[in-house]
Amino acid sequence: MSKGVLEVHGVQKTFGAVTAAKDISVSVPQGSIYSLIGSNGAGKTTFVNMVTGYIKPDAGTINFGGRNIAGLPPRQITRLGIHRSFQIAQLCNELSVEENMLVAGSIHGKSRPSFLRRSDDPQARERAMATLEQFNIAEHRHRLIPELSGGVKKLLDIAMAMAGETQIMLLDEPTSGVAADEKFPIMDLVINALRDEGVTVIFVEHDMDIVNRYSERVLAFYDGQIIADDTPDLVLSDTEVQRYVTGAPA
Amino acid sequence: MMRFSVFTYAAIGFAVLAAGAIVLPDWAMFLFAMALAKGLVCLGIVGMMRGGVVSFGQGLYYCLGAYTATLAANFLGVSDIFLLTLLSAAVCLLVGLVFGPLLSSYRGIFFAMLSLALSMVLYGSLSKMSFIGGTDGLNIGAPTFLGWAPEGRPLQTALYLYVVAIVVISGTLMRIYFDSEQGLITLATRDNELRVEYLGASVRNIMAYNYVFGALLGGIGGTIAAVALGHVDPEFAFWTTSGEFVFVAILAGYLSVPSVFVAAIILEMVRSFSNLYFPNTWQLALGIFLLIVIVALPGGLGSLVSRRKGDPT
Repeated sequence: MSKGVLEVHGVQKTFGAVTAAKDISVSVPQGSIYSLIGSNGAGKTTFVNMVTGYIKPDAGTINFGGRNIAGLPPRQITRLGIHRSFQIAQLCNELSVEENMLVAGSIHGKSRPSFLRRSDDPQARERAMATLEQFNIAEHRHRLIPELSGGVKKLLDIAMAMAGETQIMLLDEPTSGVAADEKFPIMDLVINALRDEGVTVIFVEHDMDIVNRYSERVLAFYDGQIIADDTPDLVLSDTEVQRYVTGAPA
Repeated sequence: MMRFSVFTYAAIGFAVLAAGAIVLPDWAMFLFAMALAKGLVCLGIVGMMRGGVVSFGQGLYYCLGAYTATLAANFLGVSDIFLLTLLSAAVCLLVGLVFGPLLSSYRGIFFAMLSLALSMVLYGSLSKMSFIGGTDGLNIGAPTFLGWAPEGRPLQTALYLYVVAIVVISGTLMRIYFDSEQGLITLATRDNELRVEYLGASVRNIMAYNYVFGALLGGIGGTIAAVALGHVDPEFAFWTTSGEFVFVAILAGYLSVPSVFVAAIILEMVRSFSNLYFPNTWQLALGIFLLIVIVALPGGLGSLVSRRKGDPT
């Protein structure tokens, strides 16, 4: 197997008496789309949190771009190119949709955020608009966050995370809190946008239809361990996965 | 609608305030000069409020600036107001650079109480230092202006115009900052620190920048107040002084720069006239006034002119 863009080796994490990650090892190739499945508490979000710096692993290494990023703070990991969205969209409620995008653009601009350059200069707004249009949410640009539907919030959360040079995008339950009829359109938009940019995608998901349709490879978690790592067909038909994760025959 | 640049507003602001030098009587010019000097300190608090924290200890820099100017005048013979302001600003900048990074990891009541504790340490220390006046404080002589040493009304006018110039320059720079990329990131931090960190910015750095700007403005405000009063004492760092600055910042809200100075002037006016007509209950009048503003304008006076709505915290 060729060396992955993200190499996780022997990662462990315990919270008191609970072991959230037991000797997790995985290699994610450049440009691939992985999904993480498992019941609540299986260790999926812990894995995402460790890769993105929210949680420091007790042991093991997480190699990205030739360096061990385990334990680095989130902002440093983000600057390296590993971005994430959240299960509950993390947005700035007092700002408009456009301003949220401008914040992301300011931080991810070519130069450091300026104390003098206006945040809403025409070029910055143009860039923000381009991203909003890419995610089909430009029509909401003047609205405040509490006025938006769950789907639009999710898209904005992902659009903000995509600002800058994204190499790996981790999506934590991108369709949770989204109306059933919005799930596939949202995933189509997101996956197409990320695929166009050549971004490696790792997403946590409970909906097996979405897992089956969008992922190239599936990691099934149970009790802090990876119990299956293969193509969607093989993983979803695995008896252990059916017993501990999906709860249904293939 | 035509949109004026910040410099146009600054020029209009300067013209309006400078006209006070012609039309205001001596007592009012002094009152305005003090209000504007305190407004500078409050502008620093407003900068921090935009990031979601409130300093209850800006008296630290107000006092430090005042004492630096007074000590430089009394022991080094410096009388030029520009030099005194620069010296105070430099000292407060240095102290801000020390405490800013330390306080930047605290939020809410912890940030407020730690900043208050620092100002009270200065208050306590100065009160015990009898060689610089102890609780009685020190006097400072009239300043000179690039070698010119006015007296009487010309001195008061020159000092007033100097304060106005400093206020307009500081206000303009802070407005530019608030409208900048860093300014917007500060507002985002107030709303959602997690998102800002995951976009790749350091929330601690943002907090530290705002604290240092607050220190700088506090020191300049303190210098002007000391020179205008001709006296400085440890009360400059006492918690009630810091509380007064927070009062003005809440009254103004974090949305508009001019509203900070309007709020500072209103506070001085309400205090002066309440003190005159209701000497024993003026604090009650102030409290009722603040209550009315919080209920009627939760985003502060600034929400009257800003398209953005905000809460007063």
